[in-house]
Amino acid sequence: MRRGLQTLLLGLVALLLAACAGAPLRGTGDLGLVIERASGHVTLVNTSSREAYARIGGLGDLSHASVVYSRDARYAFIFGRDGGLSKIDLLEARIVKRIIQSGNAIGGSISQDGRIVVAQNYTPGGIKAFDADTLELLSEVPAEYAPGRFSKVVGLADVPGNKFAYALFDGGEIWVSDFSDPRKPVTQRYPAGQQPYDGLVTPNGRHYLAGLFGEDGIALLDLWQPELGARKILEKYGRGEEKLPVFKMPHLRGWSVAAGRAWLPAIGRHEVLVADAATWQETGRVAVKGQPVFVMASPDGRQIWVNFAFPDNGWVQVIDTLSGKVVQTLQPGKAVLHMEFTPRGEVVWISARDDNRVLIYDTKSFRQLGSLAAEAPSGIFFSSRAARIGF
Amino acid sequence: MSNSGFPSVLTSLLLGCFALPAAAEPSAARQQELIHLVRQDCGSCHGMTLQGGLGPALLPATLADKPVEGLVATIIGGRPGTPMPPWHRFLAEDEAQWIVAKLMAGFPQ
Repeated sequence: MRRGLQTLLLGLVALLLAACAGAPLRGTGDLGLVIERASGHVTLVNTSSREAYARIGGLGDLSHASVVYSRDARYAFIFGRDGGLSKIDLLEARIVKRIIQSGNAIGGSISQDGRIVVAQNYTPGGIKAFDADTLELLSEVPAEYAPGRFSKVVGLADVPGNKFAYALFDGGEIWVSDFSDPRKPVTQRYPAGQQPYDGLVTPNGRHYLAGLFGEDGIALLDLWQPELGARKILEKYGRGEEKLPVFKMPHLRGWSVAAGRAWLPAIGRHEVLVADAATWQETGRVAVKGQPVFVMASPDGRQIWVNFAFPDNGWVQVIDTLSGKVVQTLQPGKAVLHMEFTPRGEVVWISARDDNRVLIYDTKSFRQLGSLAAEAPSGIFFSSRAARIGF
Repeated sequence: MSNSGFPSVLTSLLLGCFALPAAAEPSAARQQELIHLVRQDCGSCHGMTLQGGLGPALLPATLADKPVEGLVATIIGGRPGTPMPPWHRFLAEDEAQWIVAKLMAGFPQ
């Protein structure tokens, strides 16, 4: 009898405590967001339950929006095309702060120590550094490559030492800015080649690669020995053949390195270029369905998933990195814009803009496991990006 | 009630209307496709709101001083030395003319 009463009381106390605590504590490791480009919304998602759990609007022009995560993986920094920089709390599902930092932006990155968020801008051309807590402007580096001439900035990537590497589309250079003193960045310049269109840093933070649009080749800077300058790799991969019209620029990021090789989109060709990531010599090419836009390695490096530029943007192909061959061709939906792997890569999420859906695929069986509704979805960004160099 | 002036005014107005877009307008369904193409695929470089990106802005103010034929030629044939590709595989010339006219007037959503 007495024992029963005790149990009852304990139960009541537990109930009261739970009520006081409100929402249960949770981590953010399996959360992320999907950009809905046309309507200025993001949908917050949970990759364990494969569900959306909130939707946030009022984020401006999100065409070509990209996202980086705070070091604690709680906050998402969203860079909008219109120069908007919004800080979102994944747990409270709300906008913490939003500023308009430029006239026309293309993305951003976060520093090694997590304290500085840097935006890369087309107009005015250059980069701007903000305090990650407050979004207060700390400093800026105008991309003035010749007196009075400013370049669009592409390919911004964080690199060790609280530095950022980026490329100047109009200036044809790679710049590395050191933000050891966030209010007084120090910049080094390296000639790179004609019209760099995007860039990436290898997952170990050592090599910065800038893809070139104006010539066949990729500029490579060894950040451990920057005094050697940038050199060209995969030069003349087009072998003088006329390149196909490019209906969408490819995108580069550190996911391009897998199985000891770099897997890179060829400009104006239906090919993925493969280079040895130690010698940077070309080791092969993989013929694919169209002009690659994203060439993304799975987290274990066993697979490369590729999507394509208009008009082949309904296809996705998977390359096995061991055999170097296409092992799967999928048609997930209309206008596939982006793909994102869960942290350890058992599934991949794929956005199909013109179907207003995000498709979820098993990476082993290639079966579709589910889907989510989203309005004109483009980028998918999971919080596991928080811990990666170059993002 | 004399309205002898009316028909001629009306005629010239009508002629004016038809003279501007030299070719027939695309069908309503095709117009929707073209609007989608411009917003989404041209938008990759020019921005979904056409305020520019890697490519220049395509707003009425930025296009006002550009000759129509040159803009149509750029869409159809591309612009060598820049990332602007030729779109003739996907667009007929009169469709490019329709797009240019709409861009110069303020592009539909």
